[in-house]
Amino acid sequence: MIWLIPIIPLVGSLVVGLMGRRMRRSVVAIIACGSALLALLLSLDAFTRLLSLPPEGRLLRQSIGPWIASGDFSVAFGFLLDPLSAIMALVVSGVGFLIHVYSIGYMAEDRDYNRFFSLLNLFLAEMLVLVLADNYLLLFVGWEGVGLCSYLLIGFWFERPAAASAGTKAFLVNRIGDAAVVVGLIWMVFAFGSLDFQIVFTRAPAAFLHGSVAATVLSLLLFAGATGKSAQLPLYVWLPDAMEGPTPVSALIHAATMVTAGVYLIARSAPLFHLAPVSLEIVAWVGGLTAFYAASIALVQTDIKRVIAYSTISQLGYMFLGLGVGAYAAGIFHLMTHAFFKALLFLAAGSVIHSLAGEQDVRKMGGLRTSLRVTAGSFLIGALANAGIVPFAGFWSKDEILFAAYASGHRVLWVLGVLTAAGTGFYMFRLYFLAFEGKSRLDPHVTGHLHEAPWSMRLPLVLLALGAATVGFVGVPPESGPFHRFLDSVFPVSAHEGGPTAPASGVGLAVASLAMALVGIAIAFRYCLQDPRRAEALAARYPTLYRTLLHKYWVDELYEHGVVRPIVSVARSLSASFDARVVDGSVNGIAALAGRAGGLLRRLQTGHVPAYVLSILVGVVVLLGYLAFLG
Amino acid sequence: MTGTVPLNAYLILSAALFAIGVIGVLIRRNALIIFMAIELMLNAVNLSFVAFSRFLASMDGQIIVFFVMAVAAAEVALGLAIIIALYRNKESVNVDEINLLRG
Repeated sequence: MIWLIPIIPLVGSLVVGLMGRRMRRSVVAIIACGSALLALLLSLDAFTRLLSLPPEGRLLRQSIGPWIASGDFSVAFGFLLDPLSAIMALVVSGVGFLIHVYSIGYMAEDRDYNRFFSLLNLFLAEMLVLVLADNYLLLFVGWEGVGLCSYLLIGFWFERPAAASAGTKAFLVNRIGDAAVVVGLIWMVFAFGSLDFQIVFTRAPAAFLHGSVAATVLSLLLFAGATGKSAQLPLYVWLPDAMEGPTPVSALIHAATMVTAGVYLIARSAPLFHLAPVSLEIVAWVGGLTAFYAASIALVQTDIKRVIAYSTISQLGYMFLGLGVGAYAAGIFHLMTHAFFKALLFLAAGSVIHSLAGEQDVRKMGGLRTSLRVTAGSFLIGALANAGIVPFAGFWSKDEILFAAYASGHRVLWVLGVLTAAGTGFYMFRLYFLAFEGKSRLDPHVTGHLHEAPWSMRLPLVLLALGAATVGFVGVPPESGPFHRFLDSVFPVSAHEGGPTAPASGVGLAVASLAMALVGIAIAFRYCLQDPRRAEALAARYPTLYRTLLHKYWVDELYEHGVVRPIVSVARSLSASFDARVVDGSVNGIAALAGRAGGLLRRLQTGHVPAYVLSILVGVVVLLGYLAFLG
Repeated sequence: MTGTVPLNAYLILSAALFAIGVIGVLIRRNALIIFMAIELMLNAVNLSFVAFSRFLASMDGQIIVFFVMAVAAAEVALGLAIIIALYRNKESVNVDEINLLRG
């Protein structure tokens, strides 16, 4: 019954979307959350069935019929459940369900309640299609589906120009990556004659030599799609702007699930990447650089959601770093722990924003811990997990990635990762200290409005906080925990299998990155809580650096001037010259030609009946003559 | 079977009648006369049908003739109505003056 997992939220989406306007809000919420819960239960059921199989044979396939069949080529509506997709389905439906529940409270006063839940359910359905598909084409359907939902939900409050343009930006930037994926898929059809995962992966080693250019280019095409969807350099620019959407959307789509689709795509295509060491190297470097780059921007931003958004980009960078150095399981492990603690951080931030009536600037918060106890506690746990403090979830997964980077000989990337860990500690606790500790800097009119969130928002916070604190233990001990043994059968043996590194050095490395994270937290404590003037003094001492970070390295401006404006002006001039003259000209010319030909032919229509009769007669005689003498 | 009159004689008569009808349609200007010429053409065809029917000892031709006569009757009813309507509007049944469909 794997196919039911995505179908149920789809049905929920249709019911709520088409009929929700006439339903009571409670009914809408019950249908939407109920379908998410059903999907979660079915995923759990599928997961336990998978567990009951022997480790080598953990693979279930199910097809609900052919989709495209043309000659030798065919694509089915087929679903595949193996350890990788089971974990993804569990994460997506689990976190998705909690965020559905959270939305009941968060969106309670929105007038488009049913549109929101319909889109949220649709997103869940598309994301489950993405992770459960057994071929690249169906995966791509989900891939585009979640992109569409992302666009619709970022622009959910479309009356606000910023939200509408952020949605458009996300959609357009993703198109760049998706175009590369389409090219890759077409190439696969030519090279392997199929898009089915299992067939592609069995045929790939025969069709492409290890390290060949073709394998490298094909895997890089897939990676280009992943950089778009998962917000990596250079296509990450849409994700910070996507924070214009409602906060549950940021938590579900732009932190926990959709943005990890790129990571999933690469992990799923691991056998292809395995053939292309150069591509893996590029994946690792893009991931490592993105992690460091995004963390550096997050240091100085003041919008609580944007800091978390840059943190998301940075953590996604870690995942790609893990995949790139061949530690696929570690990458997926970080994906899972990240889904918990980042969704938690977003939901806690949403709870803050909700109780402050929309205030997102951390400079106007402070001292919220006393009034928002549950929110503050869960945010603290999320921050500890994100900063990678032992024993919270993020520590186990992030450290495994850093260890894999070090063990595979990527020392520079390891240093970048450790520096990023320090930055992560700083920006997470800067947020925590500025928002929840210290003196209140609230606007007076907000202070009276201050209230803890309703139960529907507190419950997911508490559950996710539990997850963020404990979910890391499924990966203990590192590299051989239950999580890794479960995933073992999916991935090829690491491309960079170096000599065995002694566990002692692993502990040493872990201590090093943990120490860096603690240093980051200590700096945050000193500069942001003890004496905020020190932070200002620091910014004043390095004005260029500060302004560069504050303006996000001016990348948006660079893209605006370097890419968007040239394209727009070329498009304008093309529309004025080529489109108006050549395209319109030829269309108008054909119309004029038809008109003129008609003008000539109309002279035949004399309106004189005997002439018509004569022509009919001549026609009949000619026809009969032809039949009688020549036919 | 009398057999005294050969089939060819009937066919030649039929063809002659048909040709007269065609010429009438082509050269006459009065819509009523054209209409009569059309009837003549129809009946020329009827004649050949009947002749073939007799010659081939088959009833098919005669049955078709009945159909033709029935359709012709309907056509007369319609055609005359059109001509009357035309005359009421244009005070004329001269086809040279009726050219509303000229392009």
